[in-house]
Amino acid sequence: MPEVVIQTENLTKRFGDFTAVDEITFEVFKGEIFGFLGANGAGKTTAMRMLTGLSNPTSGKATVAGFDVYKQPENIKKNIGYMSQKFSLYEDLTVMENLQFFGGIYGLSDNQIKQNSEALIQELSLQNQAKKLVADLPLGWKQKLAFSVAIFHNPKIVFLDEPTGGVDPSARRQVWDLIYAAADKGITVFVTTHYMDEAEYCNRISIMVDGKIAALDAPGNLKKQFSTHSMDDVFYQLARGATRNE
Amino acid sequence: MVTANDLVKTYGKKNEVLAVDHVSFSVKEAEIFGLIGPDGAGKTSIFRMLTTLLLPDSGSASVQGFDVVKDYKAIRNTVGYMPGRFSLYQDLTVEENLDFFATVFETTVAENYDLIKDIYVQLEPFKKRRAGKLSGGMKQKLALCCALIHKPTVLFLDEPTTGVDPVSRKEFWEMLKRLQSQGITILVSTPYMDEADLCDRIALIQNGKILSIDTPENISAAYPDKLFAVKANKMSTLLKELAQFKNASATYSFGEYAHVATDSKQFEAGNAPVEFEKELEDYLADHGLENIEIKEIKASVEDCFIKFLK
Repeated sequence: MPEVVIQTENLTKRFGDFTAVDEITFEVFKGEIFGFLGANGAGKTTAMRMLTGLSNPTSGKATVAGFDVYKQPENIKKNIGYMSQKFSLYEDLTVMENLQFFGGIYGLSDNQIKQNSEALIQELSLQNQAKKLVADLPLGWKQKLAFSVAIFHNPKIVFLDEPTGGVDPSARRQVWDLIYAAADKGITVFVTTHYMDEAEYCNRISIMVDGKIAALDAPGNLKKQFSTHSMDDVFYQLARGATRNE
Repeated sequence: MVTANDLVKTYGKKNEVLAVDHVSFSVKEAEIFGLIGPDGAGKTSIFRMLTTLLLPDSGSASVQGFDVVKDYKAIRNTVGYMPGRFSLYQDLTVEENLDFFATVFETTVAENYDLIKDIYVQLEPFKKRRAGKLSGGMKQKLALCCALIHKPTVLFLDEPTTGVDPVSRKEFWEMLKRLQSQGITILVSTPYMDEADLCDRIALIQNGKILSIDTPENISAAYPDKLFAVKANKMSTLLKELAQFKNASATYSFGEYAHVATDSKQFEAGNAPVEFEKELEDYLADHGLENIEIKEIKASVEDCFIKFLK
C-alpha cells in the first residue's frame, strides 16, 4: 500500500448558508501528481485553503502530511510548499535574495540555503541571472524558479494553483518537467489547472462540481467512464451539469 | 477596418524595453482576429495603442479609417474595450455600472439592449449586487456588457478568458460568435492556443514580434516538419527516451501523447513515414517501453508555436 499523505473525510466548509465545499472525501498518495480540477466557483480554492492550514473547516476530517487541519495547521505549513500564478516570488529582490528569503522563512540554516541555492542555480542554468531582479526575468523563467522555490525546503507536499497560466507552450512544458522530477523524488504534487492537456500529465485527477467531488480516477479511466477520447469532454460533461450559479 | 503599420512601442527611461517590435497587420470587417501569445508578448501594448490609450513610438495605425493619434476621440466613440484587468466600478452595482457606461456614451441601456440581451439575462438575478462582489465569470460578463453598451463597431478584448475554466471559456466564445454575426469586428488576445482555432485569422506573437499571420488552418498546414503522436506505457520514460532519439528534431509532451517532429526532407528522398514509424517503434521497444502506439498527425497551432519558438 502506498503511503497516504492527504486524507479527507466529509470535509465541509460553509459560509453562512452557502456550502462552498460539500463533504469531500479522498486520498492522495506519496509521490503522486494529483490534479484538482473544477469550474470557477466549484470550491477548489476553498478546499485548498483548508488543506494548506489557512482556513478552518466547518465539519469533516482532514490530515495533511500526517497533521490534523484543525489542531496542527502550523505543522502543515512547515511541511508543504505553495505556488500560484498570482503570488510566487518577490519581483524587487534578486534571484539569490529570493532564495535566501524563502529558505530563511522555512527555517533552513545558512549553510543549507547556500548549498541548495548553488544546486538550484546549476540545475536551472541560472548562473548569469542569479544577481538579476526577478522582475527582469521572462515569465517562463519566473514560473520555473517559483516552482523550485516552492520545493526549496524539500516539503512532503507541494500545492500548485494554476502554475502555468499565461506561460508560453514551451516554458509550460519545462515547468512540467520540473514537476515530474519533484514527484520522482517523492514529493507529492497537488495541482490545479485549466489546461486539459495538463490534466493528462497527472496520475489521478478529481473534478469538483458544486462543492462536491463528481469524479476521481486516472485520466485514462475517466475517459473510458465517460466514453470519450478527450479530457476536455469529460470536464465538459461534468461541469455542464453544475447548478450552482457561481 | 483595423490596420497597424510598423508599430513600435518601447518602455523604460532609455527606451530599453522593446515591447512591440515593428508590428503590422490588418483586420477585416466582422472578422474575429486573435492575437495569440504568452504573457509579456506585447498583446496588451498593441491593444492599448489601437484603443488610443497609449502613443506608439513610431509607425501608424487606424481603426475604422480613423488615425489612432489624430482622431483619438472618434475612435473612442466607435470601439469597445475590455481590458485584461477588471476595470469597472467595484462599489457600484451591476445595474449602476451599466447605466454609468451608457450615460458616458450618451445612450441608454434600453436603446442597445438587443446587443447585450443574451449576456445580460445571466446577470439579471444579480443586478443589485456590487460589481466587486461578483464571481470571476460574472465580472467578465458584466465587463463585456459595459464594453458593448454604446454599440461599438469594433470590440477589443484583452485576454477575456485567462484563468477561466474550459466550460465558461466555451460559453464566452459562443457569445463572441453571436456578436460577430451582428457585424461587430472583434480583436481578441489569448494565451490559450486551443482558442486559436475559434478565430477567423490569428497572429502568433512572442517578444513583441509577430511570428506568423494567417487562418489557423493555413498556419497548421504550413508546419514544415512531419509530426507523429506517440504513446507508451510510461509517459516520463517515453519523454526521456524520445529526447535521445537521433532522428527527431523536437520531442515534447502533448496531453496523453508525446509529439515527435522529424525533418520532412528524408521522406522526399524516398524514406516512407511507415519506415520512420518502424524505426521509432524499434528504438522505443529496445529501451524497454511497451504498448507503443505511433501515428502521423497534423500539426495544431500549439505545435506551430513551439516550432516558431525554437
